[in-house]
Amino acid sequence: MNGNIIIVGVGGQGILLTSKILGYLALKMGRDIKVSEVHGMSQRGGSVITHVRIGDSIASPLVDAKQADYVLSFEMLEALRAEGFLKDDGVLISNTQRMLPMPVISGKAVYPDDMPSAKRTVLLDALSLAREAGSVRSVNIVLLGVLSAFSEWPEEEWEASVAACVPPKTLEANLKAFRAGRQAGEAKVNG
Amino acid sequence: MCYTRETPNCRHLPGKEITDMKRLLLGNEAIARGAWEAGVKVVSSYPGTPSTEVTEFCAIYPEMKCEWAPNEKTAVEVSFGASMGGVRSLSCMKHVGVNVAADPIFTAAYTGVTGGLVVLCADDPAMFSSQNEQDSRMYARAAHMPMLEPATSQECKDYMKVAYDLSEKYDTPVFMRLTTRLAHSRTPVELGERTEKDTVPYAKDFMKYVMMPGMAKKRHIVVENREKKLAKDAAELPVNTVEINDKKLGIICGGVVYQYVKEAMPEASVLKLGLTYPLSEELIRSFAAQVEDLVVIEELEPVLENDIKAMGIKVHGKELTGLQGELSAARVAQIFGKDAPDYTEKQLPARPPVLCPGCPHRATFFTFKQLGLNVLGDIGCYTLCALPPMECMDAALCMGASIGMAHGLEKAQGREFSKKTVAVLGDSTFIHSGITGLIDAVYDKSAMTVVILDNRITGMTGHQQNPATGFDIYGNPAPQLNLEALCESIGAHVRIHDPQDLKGFKQVMKEELEYDGVSVVIARRPCALLDKRKKTPCFIENCRNCGACMKLSCPALERDEKGVHVNDTLCVGCGLCAKVCPFGSIKGGEQE
Repeated sequence: MNGNIIIVGVGGQGILLTSKILGYLALKMGRDIKVSEVHGMSQRGGSVITHVRIGDSIASPLVDAKQADYVLSFEMLEALRAEGFLKDDGVLISNTQRMLPMPVISGKAVYPDDMPSAKRTVLLDALSLAREAGSVRSVNIVLLGVLSAFSEWPEEEWEASVAACVPPKTLEANLKAFRAGRQAGEAKVNG
Repeated sequence: MCYTRETPNCRHLPGKEITDMKRLLLGNEAIARGAWEAGVKVVSSYPGTPSTEVTEFCAIYPEMKCEWAPNEKTAVEVSFGASMGGVRSLSCMKHVGVNVAADPIFTAAYTGVTGGLVVLCADDPAMFSSQNEQDSRMYARAAHMPMLEPATSQECKDYMKVAYDLSEKYDTPVFMRLTTRLAHSRTPVELGERTEKDTVPYAKDFMKYVMMPGMAKKRHIVVENREKKLAKDAAELPVNTVEINDKKLGIICGGVVYQYVKEAMPEASVLKLGLTYPLSEELIRSFAAQVEDLVVIEELEPVLENDIKAMGIKVHGKELTGLQGELSAARVAQIFGKDAPDYTEKQLPARPPVLCPGCPHRATFFTFKQLGLNVLGDIGCYTLCALPPMECMDAALCMGASIGMAHGLEKAQGREFSKKTVAVLGDSTFIHSGITGLIDAVYDKSAMTVVILDNRITGMTGHQQNPATGFDIYGNPAPQLNLEALCESIGAHVRIHDPQDLKGFKQVMKEELEYDGVSVVIARRPCALLDKRKKTPCFIENCRNCGACMKLSCPALERDEKGVHVNDTLCVGCGLCAKVCPFGSIKGGEQE
């Protein structure tokens, strides 16, 4: 799997862990990889974006506008915000959860009802799937599962990478979450 | 109350199983690894985004004695002492931290070193988490200190060894400069082993280490000569590389910008500078002679450009790149006339960072707002209170400045005005640079109120210990600074109160604002993220939808036409909203 992936969401949703797993896997599969993260203020519930680039030889750690093969979004508003990164034939994978930002909470702005304009989308209620898997904190792994369905890398390698990177106590719930996401992704790829 | 303490922020290096020695490391992680491999024994730093993780990762390695110093100046003095003591040492800071540490740095550049000494500074172009966009490369020239700039995590690690070798060979402290994109990017790194360095026996040498005019005049000559020699030797340094491709265009660059150039302009000839100060004139002249057009691509200030122009070489630069923000491959491509789309964001509600649910600062600033105060702020999570809907901060300048600003404002506007004014800063910020301001305010007979937000941790940078927490970087118990005794000994009138007790805290504030002298109110309540107790979310019955609770700007409260709702996935049950509800409709959480 080569390509540019943008991962977006809200601080605290496990975005850095997701890019870490991807990075681990890509390195294991013998690819060059660069992952650019945002630390610091992102802990306080702000927008978070991580750039992941996988290929034979990667120079810039950043994905530029209209260069992303995938946008993996943990929240709908952030999905809309990140669409500008997608290539015309890029795939938007997003959790349908809505988390209200402070301008909406305080009545200064309205949460948009727009749907993503990307031609290829996988929208799913990853929060429910994560809850069924045993932990609402596994939304990130559900979405990683969806992404895995678009990759030729073997499923067991994905699962091994999840296992290597998540805290051991959360492994069972995370593997369940991964499989639920993968199933949803496969349905889209095959359908 | 019982609060569990976080163990230190030591995250384990992931990916042991991939290969023996290849890992995907953050730039900051790779710097720490490089320090370890280079045989560093002492690391003293103050946290600051984007540099913080370096010292946290250093603390993983038992061979290095690591510590959080109270500020960057102290940190550099400690690593300088360690260098005099014959070991390799390191201090890490963000760009504005270099301002604080500039005093020892500039004179350490005169004395030189015994064990290698590296100052790591992490700049923040585009200001992801900073108050300015200053370019630390200017410090290298001003202090006459060499500066290395890596472009990948691999180089972060490898250049640390180069930095220590240069430091000892040329008898100078050395700057390592990162930018946010490098510090916080993960790229593959081949690991090496540690080379132990024997501690150099301590030898008194006052001509080298006592910087009085007589000695410093002699050392200044040494510094000038050293710089000339290094600039000459730099032509042969392997960290500077020349890639000759199409000779129509030659690009000079360093750091992560090199990656953007390679991505956007793979056909161009490139001079990649690993040592960005001092420059090798020989290398630059020879490169310039080989290409038709010479362009410097650099973020922020025209540092390389001006140096090259001063050599009398024709070069383009800032008229193409601008002075602000980050570059990217797309921006570089656009500069050279290539088609690269801009990122256009739709008109969408922003998602600024907010104070966490249960954050004690919310109660403090809510009280300020109720009292209609002028608020002189400082650097920390609480700076977020300047933003809507709280909008309760008039100024934020630099670490510890709140107190000095309030004192100056009192001098300008008078004592009555000062009764409506507070200086507010966190515990770690107070220790960093607020103490001297407080001494000044007391000594120079101010009448003002200082509020120390004592949340028992350095919060914004991700929970580092500080002298007031009672724990060191490893999470081991350490002598705990007594803030109240310190402030009393300075001569301030001190009160301590939990801000979450809104009524009581407001009363304390009223009394202290009236006090004709300097008073310090310690708003003591641990960071909400330290409180690991099981919490029951608040709930709302018979909401009249008056909106009083919404003034708290808590992310766990949402409002629609039917009323206010508690988002129970976010609410930690602090109960602050219950205290401000005029109808008693909010239940649960901690009640008075």
